[in-house]
Amino acid sequence: MQEKVIEVHDLVKKFGSFVANDHLNFEVYKGEIFGFLGANGAGKTTAMKILCGLSAPTSGKVKVAGFDICRETEKVKRTIGYMSQKFSLYEDLTISENIRFFSGIYGISPAERKAKQETLLRNLELGSAKDSLIGSLPLGWKQKLAFSVAIFHDPKIVFLDEPTGGVDPITRRKFWDLIYEAADRGITVFVTTHYMDEAEYCNRVSIMNNGRIEALDTPENLKKQFGAKNMDEVFLKIARNVE
Amino acid sequence: MKQFTGFLRKEFLHIFRDPRTMIIIFALPVIQLLLFGKVISTDIQNSKIAIRDESRDNTTREITAKLLSSGYFVPADELLPGDDVEEVFRKGKVKMVVTFGSNFEQNLERDGKADVQLLADASDPNTARILTSYASGIINDYVKKEKLQNLQLPHQINTEVRMLYNEGLKSVYMFVPGIMAMILMLISAMMTSISISKEKELGTMEVLLASPLKPIQIVLGKVTPYLLLSFINALTIILIGVFIFGVPIKGSFIFLMAESFLFIMMALSLGILISTIAPNQMAAMFISVLALMLPTILLSGFIFPIENMPAPLRILSHAMPPRWFIVIIKNIMLKGTGILFVWKETLILMLMTFVFIGLSIRTFKIRLE
Repeated sequence: MQEKVIEVHDLVKKFGSFVANDHLNFEVYKGEIFGFLGANGAGKTTAMKILCGLSAPTSGKVKVAGFDICRETEKVKRTIGYMSQKFSLYEDLTISENIRFFSGIYGISPAERKAKQETLLRNLELGSAKDSLIGSLPLGWKQKLAFSVAIFHDPKIVFLDEPTGGVDPITRRKFWDLIYEAADRGITVFVTTHYMDEAEYCNRVSIMNNGRIEALDTPENLKKQFGAKNMDEVFLKIARNVE
Repeated sequence: MKQFTGFLRKEFLHIFRDPRTMIIIFALPVIQLLLFGKVISTDIQNSKIAIRDESRDNTTREITAKLLSSGYFVPADELLPGDDVEEVFRKGKVKMVVTFGSNFEQNLERDGKADVQLLADASDPNTARILTSYASGIINDYVKKEKLQNLQLPHQINTEVRMLYNEGLKSVYMFVPGIMAMILMLISAMMTSISISKEKELGTMEVLLASPLKPIQIVLGKVTPYLLLSFINALTIILIGVFIFGVPIKGSFIFLMAESFLFIMMALSLGILISTIAPNQMAAMFISVLALMLPTILLSGFIFPIENMPAPLRILSHAMPPRWFIVIIKNIMLKGTGILFVWKETLILMLMTFVFIGLSIRTFKIRLE
């Protein structure tokens, strides 16, 4: 049995009478890439915000990295990384200023920061751009940097909220290379997306509809189960079944 | 603490890298103060007047000399008895025409009565009122001192007017407190609300909230730079007021700074409240301008006297924090009073600060749930 890094039992989140998350149950294992799929408004972002401690659940039990999300929010926040839909870097600061700021928040010592920053920039082939403002970089670079900064403090889990919105397929593919590298290092990746080709890259995916998880398995098994050629078809079949 | 200094460094980088912010913070206060103090001054100086003297005797000549040597007026035209006065005004240069009736000296010495007519261009009513009252003051003064002494009129009441706390009726005495309230409001409330809502708009706020930073640390980190800069601005405005415009500080300087500090805290908490409501920078700016700047200028008594406002606006002006702050600084600077005389206003500002902080915490919690 693999180590569970996220455990969700009967998670319910209501906004007034609207039920955004209806009794969610799932587990995520260490080092896996977990795809969290669903149409817009299906409740993915709500659930993700609860897992990151940005929002409190109405009821249910949620454990992230072994800590209770309600009672040990601070400990959870220390062990996770988060990258939002929009860029999580400051456009009017340079690359190294951004790294310095986020390292400061997570309590990384200056010596450690310098060493890690060098490797990071070398891997991304951005060494010469250390002192350029983020705002002057192309979109693809910004996303890669934002991801690298989100895992700069070596979190156990990194949450990515539609990280590849608005970029071309090649850049997206390169971005996924970074995700695989992170997973190889043992970082669990929890990613929401509505690109079905990206779903194929995940180890396991869950598909949400109207606040409920309708399916959860590896892409291979899901395709078999629904008799579909690709994830796109799986997704459409689930959406139709529900209606 | 290390986290906090890192946050501050980032905030200062934001401020120093944005030219618009830099202008608002460092140039605007000085420009505003110099503009209001020098250019838009409501003091009357060197207003052009025309004299129409139908008597041309010693007395009228002496009165004319008195008027022109007062510093308020300069001669523009000499009119002849038959000239069309309206024509002069239409040309637009002359603000007032002084007409002496015929046989002025004779009438004055024989009956104790003579006619002077002051015609003012009231298309600018404020100036017209001030010009006529200055001119009649000078004329009355002259007549009383030089002419009526020998006449011994019975039962005459002499009123003696003295303008306490601002003998020269300098408008800059009013502008310094007003501008200080306005600038502190602008920098503390508007700039903080914009800078916090900017993080919301760019999505970085979520990243900060998902980090080990506590919400209170984020808010303090965002607010502290503006607290510092506002304080520097308050000092600058006071120094310019004192050394360039000669506004006195009769009361305690430390007390003055303490009250300024309180006002800044109030404005900062208002800025935080605005940022919890506003979804983005534009909205924050819009709310700040509409809800803060205009009322500060119009309803605080800074430009328009509160006593002259219609009742609903007068009541509304009570809710304007600058109104109370302006009373406080005027009291300290011009009258030299201490806390005993402004405790009520101080208490109101404190109360407002607590209300704004309380409301911010509430709206913030609702948003998180």
